[in-house]
Amino acid sequence: MSQAVIIDHVSKNYGKIKALRNINLEIQQQEIFGLIGPDGAGKTSLFRILTTLLLPDEGRASILGQDVIRDYKKIRKIIGYMPGRFSLYQDLSVEENLSLFAAIFGTTIEENYDLVKEIYSQIEPFKKRKAGNLSGGMKQKLALSCALIHKPEILFLDEPTTGVDPVSRKEFWGMLRRLKDYGITILVSTPYMDEANLCDRIGLIQNGELLSVNTPEQLKSEYPNRLFAIHSEKKYQILQSLKGYENTHSIFSFGDEIHYVDKRKNAIPEVLENDFNGLDLPEFKLKEIQPTVEDCFLELMQQK
Amino acid sequence: MKRFYAFVKKEFYHILRDYRTMLILFGMPVAQIMLFGFAITNEIKDAHIAILDPSKDHETSRLNEKILSSGYFILDKYLNSPGEIESVFEEGKVKIVVVYDEDFGRKLLKNKAASIQIIADATDPNTANTLTNYISAIFQDYVQSQNPLAISPVRVIPEVRFRYNPDLKGVFLFIPGLITIILMLVSAMMTSISLTREKELGTMEVLLASPMKPVQIIVAKVIPYIILAFIISIVILLLGYLVFKVPVKGNIALLISEFLLFIITALSLGILISTIAKTQQVALMMSLMGLMLPTIILSGFIFPVENMPKILQWISYLIPAKWFITIVKGIMLKGLGIEAIWKETLIILGFTLFFLIVSIKKFKIRLA
Repeated sequence: MSQAVIIDHVSKNYGKIKALRNINLEIQQQEIFGLIGPDGAGKTSLFRILTTLLLPDEGRASILGQDVIRDYKKIRKIIGYMPGRFSLYQDLSVEENLSLFAAIFGTTIEENYDLVKEIYSQIEPFKKRKAGNLSGGMKQKLALSCALIHKPEILFLDEPTTGVDPVSRKEFWGMLRRLKDYGITILVSTPYMDEANLCDRIGLIQNGELLSVNTPEQLKSEYPNRLFAIHSEKKYQILQSLKGYENTHSIFSFGDEIHYVDKRKNAIPEVLENDFNGLDLPEFKLKEIQPTVEDCFLELMQQK
Repeated sequence: MKRFYAFVKKEFYHILRDYRTMLILFGMPVAQIMLFGFAITNEIKDAHIAILDPSKDHETSRLNEKILSSGYFILDKYLNSPGEIESVFEEGKVKIVVVYDEDFGRKLLKNKAASIQIIADATDPNTANTLTNYISAIFQDYVQSQNPLAISPVRVIPEVRFRYNPDLKGVFLFIPGLITIILMLVSAMMTSISLTREKELGTMEVLLASPMKPVQIIVAKVIPYIILAFIISIVILLLGYLVFKVPVKGNIALLISEFLLFIITALSLGILISTIAKTQQVALMMSLMGLMLPTIILSGFIFPVENMPKILQWISYLIPAKWFITIVKGIMLKGLGIEAIWKETLIILGFTLFFLIVSIKKFKIRLA
């Protein structure tokens, strides 16, 4: 397989703010690549450079062998782009939006119907409705249909699931996996760490820097520490106490549990339990767990 | 081509579905014509007048009769003392007071001279001026009729004719001005807003990342506005002709081509604004402040440019609307042909090319 996207030492500044610092990345064809990072990490800037909407200050990037600066016209014919903000015409109906975007790319709904069928069929009952009156999940489905209608070779999805309910999010990712079978390369960004597992490979990005590029499995297997989950009724009190504890390497609140890493690499649960009891903590349960992508991300951030 | 057609269609959807804006666009010119044609006029009818007549003789009562039967004045009341003049003005209804001399009739017979004082409420100077002129004319007329034999050795009788607008109708001037302003509004303001709306809502981002060329986006965007502006200007012309008998003396085809030219001028200004403004709000303010205000004030539509300070006159040369109004007035009211207005036409053409080139140069193929 050859590279769909090559990013070579790309940097981008907005005034004094460094949005992207020396990014190097290669994305294979037919892969779902996830760009994972918090808001303001530089995801959108990178997407805009790849979709020829922004010029990088330094470095080069190419899409299927076409340079993003020189060959922007060619690239604009072969990509599908769905920006983070809902960017369709709110006063046009679902059907009018889709046929407009089909026409802009010189095709028709009928021609590529089978590609969008699965997604579009879900919103087709509402095809006479104005796009502005759709629910969040339906808007995303319409936007994806519009980005797909010309059968792009690479699909850029900038935070497609932000603000979408969990059921629709799950459906959405199901659709992306099936699009892969049509030979489409997908570059998707998301602030949700749980969605990382659904990608073939992920890049963790923070403050404009790529911290790591790996498969989700590999990333988790390379996690350097033993990780413990602490359950307690009085979570907050434990969190506060352990933050000041001398052997704490890192401690984060994770939903209804606490993820804890000890400085002593070989600490086992029994030893920790014993130590913690000496700290006069409220009642708790402790067990060793496997790291999630988020744990890896937090660990990488701490190393920085 | 199909791509272009689909985009034009989409633009029409935007315009037609925004029925409130449509209502304003078509309702405003109609309302303005009706206002200018019927309500706003420099003629004054039925002004309230008060009269202080201490002499109450044959002469004064004949004069009063003449004033009140002229149709311009309605008697508010007869005053009894000079002290009442102040209070009658303060009430605000009376616009003018006529004060006769004591023993007016006797003095007139004996001395061949008597004085009348005319006091006007000059809070509105134009009205005051017109009213005093009316009254003076009535008195003049009276004196003349009293002494038909008192003819001076040489008599000059001016015979005045008002060309191009014999009835001095204000609406003759307003129709060309109104067409200019509406074309400016529809073409420049609406296009600048609709282009910045795409930026503001993020749809421009998707369009830019598509194979649409910037020139296609712009041209497809302005075509509906050209049609719209054109229809509106024809509606104004028809209204002026049918309701107020404002003629089109010149060649109608020439007039319409000049309309089209000016529509394109205004559109190019709108595109230029949209390349600078980032939000609809800013585009709106720029069109209002930067285009509408100078168009209304410096085009000669309301205020004659000839009476302005030199510097404002120079600035007015930079306003396309000034040249356009000259052209439209020339064709409509004077029946001029292209040989008389080619210079103005060339100037507008120059403006248009300049604006178009600058805005195409400034239009970004990327986001920043």
